[in-house]
Amino acid sequence: MTEIFVARSADLPEGARNTVEYEGRQIGVVRAKDKLHAFLNICPHQGGPVCDGLLIHRVEEIIAPDKTYQGMRFSETDLHIVCPWHGWEFNIETGKCAGDGKHGLKRFKTVERDGAVYVVV
Amino acid sequence: MQYRSSTPEFDRTIEGFHTGEHLVNARRQADARKLDDVLIVDVDCHHYETDNFAEIIEYIEDPVIKQGAVNTFAYKGSAAILMDQPGYQDIGGRVSRYLERKHEKIPKTANPREVEQTLRWMNALSVDYACLFPTPMLFMGLHPQAEVEVAMARAYNRWLTDNVLPSNPRLRSMLYLPFNDPEATYQMVKEYGHKPGVIGFMVVSTRYKPVYDNAFMKTYALLEELGLPLSFHASYNWNDQLVSMTNRFITAHAVGFTFFNAVHCANWIVNGLPERFPKLKVIWIESGLAWIPWLMQRLDNDYRMRTSEAPALKKLPSEYMRDMFYTTQPMEMVNNHEALELTFKMINADTQLLYSSDYPHWDMDLPSTIWDLPFLSEKSKRNILGLNAKRIFNLDVSDRFPDAKGKSDGMVDTFKQQVTPA
Ligand code: FES
Repeated sequence: MTEIFVARSADLPEGARNTVEYEGRQIGVVRAKDKLHAFLNICPHQGGPVCDGLLIHRVEEIIAPDKTYQGMRFSETDLHIVCPWHGWEFNIETGKCAGDGKHGLKRFKTVERDGAVYVVV
Repeated sequence: MQYRSSTPEFDRTIEGFHTGEHLVNARRQADARKLDDVLIVDVDCHHYETDNFAEIIEYIEDPVIKQGAVNTFAYKGSAAILMDQPGYQDIGGRVSRYLERKHEKIPKTANPREVEQTLRWMNALSVDYACLFPTPMLFMGLHPQAEVEVAMARAYNRWLTDNVLPSNPRLRSMLYLPFNDPEATYQMVKEYGHKPGVIGFMVVSTRYKPVYDNAFMKTYALLEELGLPLSFHASYNWNDQLVSMTNRFITAHAVGFTFFNAVHCANWIVNGLPERFPKLKVIWIESGLAWIPWLMQRLDNDYRMRTSEAPALKKLPSEYMRDMFYTTQPMEMVNNHEALELTFKMINADTQLLYSSDYPHWDMDLPSTIWDLPFLSEKSKRNILGLNAKRIFNLDVSDRFPDAKGKSDGMVDTFKQQVTPA
């Protein structure tokens, strides 16, 4: 187990991200929903730099009790990271692909200690 | 560039976009697979002619159309003369290169900026030769004024063959045909068929002009004589009566991009055009592959009952379809390799299938989508990625492959990466 320095905690506020290199691979670290999330920066679709993508809440439909469609809204809980190559979306907390749960991101542990963020490889 | 998210804390600013950096993982894939040693011809990719629009409209020959376009362009931009329609291919900024590529810093040279920008992504994907098409012009077949389509097609083709194609031998094009005007279509082939870098001609299929119209026969005959392929490039028309029933772009795209090509292809066969022009090479572009077995089965089944309605045919419709050519993208890579493998068999992919990326559009496919298919031999992969295109376009590739090129190191096989369950 190796800990790799990612950033000073103060430099990684909510919504911010940083990328580190380890043995030729990039690992992206994002702070979102007050937690740190680290993923291999390779999308399971065609290999895109998923950690460079937009953070955006899941879009959901509003269906009334009578089953009629009433529009769309952003989820207040589920946050996604979107791969910028083609738009595959992944739940930031589980790494699971929103459109096909059989796919997911490769995740890494993170440690925050003494005002610094590390990823564990 | 600023991207708005669902809540302000996730709004994003991205500065300094560089195509090569955006595609650094593609370059790593190419290295891992040693794709620099493989001839790769991308038969369908795009630039944005609107990046140079002021220059292109100066190439319009009709003085009245040009005068109007120049003045309207000053306040209305490219909509002065181009058709547009609803659509948000970037999925609300999720596919970020749509906005970013527009502002990418490209050193000024004598060439238009797309030359360097195109070479950047070609180098990342390990593409040796690219057949470049325009983007917003793909809706021109829906323009109510046929003479405006003709004026734009002539201006664009002259600008492209004067400024872009001569700048680098890796850039080629099948030139845009103003198909709503059969006579102008014929003239275009006559005038531009021999221009350097021109490897065929392209009809955007999204239009309401049937391919069996007698007025087109002399164009097909000329193309056949010149040995130049005729391609049909898919697009969509959200205002089409049928497609207008769809309420999301996903649906308009999934059905819309196959629809027009399927109709033109069926017309092409039922009217016996392969018998009239047996040597004309016909390519169907950007409809993916799943529609082909569907149409083959439908036509074969009907043809055996209604042979009298297609009297020119000497074999089954599917057999004519197997003589045609298809580009790969957007290849339907769902979780069923068996379906894909069967499709490859049904279309004789080994000889008829041509790799295409469609870069920079949202559903682009990298060469690895072909290279990593488990059911293909290495020979088949090489055919699909480049050798089939070399054959049908009669490409001289000696500038890229004088002999075997150097080798490169591998990194990560993205398709075999371990996936951590949630
Ligand atoms: S590579 Fe990530 S969405 Fe396609």
